[in-house]
Amino acid sequence: MTKTSKNNKMSTNKNSTELLRFTTAGSVDDGKSTLIGRLLYDSKSIFQDQYEQIEAISERRGEEGVNLALLTDGLKAEREQGITIDVAYRYFSTPKRKFIIADTPGHIQYTRNMVTGASTANVALLLVDARNGVSEQTKRHAIIASLLQIPHVVVCINKMDLVDYSEEVYNNIHNEFEAFATKLDVHDVSFIPISALKGDNVVDRSKNMDWYEGATLMYYLENVHISSDHNFIDCRFPVQYVIRPYNDEFHDYRGYAGRVEGGVLKVGDSVIALPSGFSSTIKSITTFEGEIPEAFPPQSVTINLNDDIDISRGDMLVRPNNQPNIDQDIELMICWFDHEKALSPMGKYAIKHTTQEARCVIKEIKYKLNINTLHRDQEDKVVNSNDIARISIRTTKPLFFDSYTKNRMTGSIILIDEGTNNTVAAGMII
Amino acid sequence: MNYNIDHLRELESESMFVLREVAAQFENPVILFSGGKDSILMTYLAVKAFYPAKVPFPLLHVDTGHNFQETLDFRDNLVEKYGLKLKVGYVQDAIDNGFVTEENGVNASRNGLQIFTLLDELEKGKYDAAMGGGRRDEEKARAKERFFSHRDEFGQWDPKNQRPELWNLFNGRKKMGEHFRVFPISNWTELDVWQYLAMEKVPLPNLYFAHEREVIERDGILLAKSDYIPLKPDEKTFKEMVRCRTIGDVTCTGVWRSTALTVQEIIEEVATSRMTERGGRSDDKRSETSMEDRKKQGYF
Repeated sequence: MTKTSKNNKMSTNKNSTELLRFTTAGSVDDGKSTLIGRLLYDSKSIFQDQYEQIEAISERRGEEGVNLALLTDGLKAEREQGITIDVAYRYFSTPKRKFIIADTPGHIQYTRNMVTGASTANVALLLVDARNGVSEQTKRHAIIASLLQIPHVVVCINKMDLVDYSEEVYNNIHNEFEAFATKLDVHDVSFIPISALKGDNVVDRSKNMDWYEGATLMYYLENVHISSDHNFIDCRFPVQYVIRPYNDEFHDYRGYAGRVEGGVLKVGDSVIALPSGFSSTIKSITTFEGEIPEAFPPQSVTINLNDDIDISRGDMLVRPNNQPNIDQDIELMICWFDHEKALSPMGKYAIKHTTQEARCVIKEIKYKLNINTLHRDQEDKVVNSNDIARISIRTTKPLFFDSYTKNRMTGSIILIDEGTNNTVAAGMII
Repeated sequence: MNYNIDHLRELESESMFVLREVAAQFENPVILFSGGKDSILMTYLAVKAFYPAKVPFPLLHVDTGHNFQETLDFRDNLVEKYGLKLKVGYVQDAIDNGFVTEENGVNASRNGLQIFTLLDELEKGKYDAAMGGGRRDEEKARAKERFFSHRDEFGQWDPKNQRPELWNLFNGRKKMGEHFRVFPISNWTELDVWQYLAMEKVPLPNLYFAHEREVIERDGILLAKSDYIPLKPDEKTFKEMVRCRTIGDVTCTGVWRSTALTVQEIIEEVATSRMTERGGRSDDKRSETSMEDRKKQGYF
C-alpha cells in the first residue's frame, strides 16, 4: 500500500504501537489476579501510590509478601468476598504494544462476563492450575473462546512452582487440552508453563524450566500476529449517522458516518445501499484532517456518494458483487444473560445488529449446549442465565449479516428485553 | 497488505464511534466539560466525529466558583473556535438557595457539592445522556465502568447491575426519567491522552505546563495558593515550579513539581512517573473507597 493520505502518514510517527486486547479466564483459585498483577508489576505499569496501597493492605491482612492480586480487585463487595464479580479493564503498555485486558471472573454464574470480555479480544489467556490439570472450568472457557472466535488462545499452565517445575506435568496438561481442543473451532493454541506468583516465564524467562524452549507470556503478547484479525475482504459499511451541516459552506453536503466493519472502501468504488438496492459510487471519504483515498477496519470515517439516494442509520453500503445475507430468518448460537427470566420459547425481543434495530420472535430452541461435554441437549430446552443454546428467530425486517466466523462485527447481535431494557442475550450468527 | 492503524488511531476511531452512537440513540445528550485535558480531548473528538457539521450537543460546565481563571478563559475560547453551545451550572446558586451546605474548615472543598448542581442541571436541561471524560485507568472503581452507564432516576450507579457490553453494540434503551452517563474515552490511558494531544497539536490550558506559582504543602500534596484555601496556623506559602496533572476545583487539585514546558516533556514525565495522576487529588484520599462511594451517589 502506498502511504498517500495524511492519515496514514501520521500513523507512522514514533508513538506507533499496535493495540492488542486480551481476555483472561480461570477458576477462582487459578491465580488469574496474581498473573495480571504480575504483568502490570513486571512491565513497570504499577505506580508507587498503588503499590504502597496494596502493600499496606497485605500487611494489615497479615499476608506474606505483597499480594499482587489486590491490584485488580476493584469494588468493595469483591474485597469483602475476595472474588472478582465483574469485567474490569486494565491497561499497560510496552514499547511495542498497548494492551487492554478484559479481566473476567471465572466462576460459573458469571459466564456472561467472560462472553462480554471475549467479544472484543484478539487473544484469550486460559489459566490452568498445574496441580489440578484441565478442569471443567477450563473446558468451559475454551468452548467460549471457540464460540466467540477469539483468534488466538494461550493456555497458561500456572503454579508450576508447586509441581517442582515438572515437564511431565506440563506435557500431560498440554496433551489433555489438545485432545479436547480437536472438538473445538480454535485455530491458534499455544502453551506456556508459568508461575505468576514467582514470575517464571511471565515477563522474564524462568531459570527453573530449562526444558521449555518457547516464548515467555510477555514475548508472546508483544509478537503474536494480529493485523489479519479484521476482515479486509468483504466490504461492509453500516451507516451509523447521517451528517448534514446545513451551512453555506457545505450547502448540499450529505455524508454517511460509520465505522468500516469489513473490506477496503476506495474512492471511485461502486457500492449499493441495502436495503434499497440503489447503486452509486464513492465520491469522497471525509475526515477532519481532509479527504482520504481509502478506508479500512476499524476506521471511523464519513462517506460521500456521487448520487443523492435515500440512506439512513441502519442501512449498509456494500460492493454490488459481494453482498451479505439479507434475511428475516436467522440461525444463532446465543449465550443467555438474564438472571431473572429464562429465554421465552415464543418470546418477542428487541434485537440490535450493527447499527440496525428491529424486533424478533423466537421461533425455535433447537438445543442447549452442555459446555462441559459439548453434548447437544434436545430434551431440556429451558435456557437459563449463562446457558448456551442454538435458536432460530424471525425479525420484523430483514437484517444484512454475515456468519460470525466470517465477520465478528456483522455476524453478532444482542437481544434486549423490552420490559426491563436489559441486554439479555449475546448471539453469534451461524 | 499493510492496513494497520496504530493504537492512538484505533482509540480515536472507537471514541468517534461511541460519540456518533450517542447522537443517534439519544434525544438530548450533553458533554460534561470540566476544563481538564480529558474533557478537552472528548470535545475535540466530537468535533472530528461530526465534521463538517457542528457538534450536535452542548457543553455543560459545573462551576464550583473555585476555579483557576485560566480554565474559564480556555473554555470560552474553545467554545468560540468550534461554534459550540455552552451551559453553566453554578454551585454558588445551590448554596445561596440552601440546597447544599458548604463545608467548613481548612480542608473545605466544594467538590462534593458539585453532585447536587450536576444532577439538578441534568434534570432541568432534560438531558438523557451526559458524556464524561472518565477513563478506566484513572481509579479502580472506574475500571469496571461501561461506555454506556445506566443511571436510575436518582442518578445512581449500581455496579452489580450493569449491562454487559459486547462487540460494538451499545444498548442505550431506558425508561422515562432514567438517563445514561457515557464515557467515550474509557479505554485511553493518561499517556495515550498526552501522546494524542501532542500528535494532533491540540491547544491546552497553560496550567498543564510548568510555571512558577505560590503553593502550600499539605499532607504531602502541593496545593495552589488561593483565597479559597484557608491556611493552617503552621502553614506557609512558597514559590515553586509546578504544573497540574488534572484540573478540577482549586481546593482539591494538587499541583506537581515539574519542569515540563512542552507536551513532549510532559509525555516523558508521565512515562517515567511513579505516581498516578489522581495521587494528587485529596478528594480521593478521604477513604480507600471514596471514588466508589461518590460514583454511587452520581458523581463522575
